[in-house]
Amino acid sequence: MKLCMVVDDSSVIRKVARRILEGMEFKIVEAEDGEDALVACRRELPDAILLDWNMPKMDGYEFLKALRRLPGGDRPKVVFCTTENDVAHIARALHAGANEYIMKPFDKEIVEAKFQEVGLI
Amino acid sequence: MTPSDYEYLRKLLKARSGLVLSAEKHYLVESRLLPVARKAGLSNLTGLVARLRAPDAERLTVEVVEAMTTNESLFFRDKVPFDHFRDTIMPALLAARAASRRIRIWCAAAATGQEPYTLAMCLKEMGKELRGWRIEIVATDLSTEVLARAKSGIYSQFEVQRGLSVMMLIKYFSQVGEAWQIAPEIRGMVKFAPLNLLNDFSHLGKFDLVFCRNVLIYFDQATKIDVLERIADVTERDGYLVLGGAETVMGLTKRFRPVADKRGLYRQPDGVEPEGNVIPFSPVRADAAVVAAD
Repeated sequence: MKLCMVVDDSSVIRKVARRILEGMEFKIVEAEDGEDALVACRRELPDAILLDWNMPKMDGYEFLKALRRLPGGDRPKVVFCTTENDVAHIARALHAGANEYIMKPFDKEIVEAKFQEVGLI
Repeated sequence: MTPSDYEYLRKLLKARSGLVLSAEKHYLVESRLLPVARKAGLSNLTGLVARLRAPDAERLTVEVVEAMTTNESLFFRDKVPFDHFRDTIMPALLAARAASRRIRIWCAAAATGQEPYTLAMCLKEMGKELRGWRIEIVATDLSTEVLARAKSGIYSQFEVQRGLSVMMLIKYFSQVGEAWQIAPEIRGMVKFAPLNLLNDFSHLGKFDLVFCRNVLIYFDQATKIDVLERIADVTERDGYLVLGGAETVMGLTKRFRPVADKRGLYRQPDGVEPEGNVIPFSPVRADAAVVAAD
């Protein structure tokens, strides 16, 4: 079973994402911000990360740059999932190493499509 | 809605669009036609049918037919047909049309345009390989309303996220408020026109590739056979036909046969030659505007 980390400061979003991803046969770990996520990634790198942009302590962009510098940190497929939907934000996320980008609100079909796009399912 | 109202709508839709509604599709009719009824100032479908039966109901009839036949679409829908397009169809056509350097593609049920635009983006991705080629994409649909949307090339955030990778999104779309509009260079590669598949379409000329996906499933057996035969008439002898995943030519026509190991892809039997044989190119073409792919 593949491991997916859901990183979002909203417990509601984490809950919705967990339900969708568990339905896609992923094992889920959650993190409330970039710092928590980075600590968890140092312990065990997940196969996939669903990543929010705006979070306290360390935002998604800073987390992603730090993740990609970790040993093996290039392996997890990172799907940004955020309300930031302008081209500049998307381009910045891709430049930092994101593999895909989901604009909130999302549903199961969109998550599946994006995870399929990056070869996670 | 009374049984007689439903029967009237069934007959009307069959005659005007080929759509075959089974007896248990009341829910579909109600969900699609109640908004049409309300727009016309009517409170229910019985009122709508009464209005349709009256003289001068052509405009309302068109609205009813369009509401029932408009289906959702998405970019790169089902993915596999576009893999076939990139990996099988285009290499074969580029070899077979090396002399004329012209390829004509028909999307026979273009709906809101995602399918023809997906093909156009695939062609753009082929880049230099198509330099000097003239590739025309003709996209038709029964509904003039959805074609107007298709021509605008504007899609909601929800629509662009389904099937379209973020790389393709930022490469070929720009933001228009909360929506996204496909690039003029992609829009310019597709020519949209209204067309009812029940009517003659020989005026469109011959095509090297026909995409006719998720349409035949709504037709009865006789209509499927008729449409497939006429598609065969407008398909080059070595051309291709792509059908939806739930559709087939088996038991309907012998003028197409499945391409081995390529689900949904069909060719005319005499178009499949042993390797190394050159299939003669037919010069019969429509005088339609041709749009360069590059």
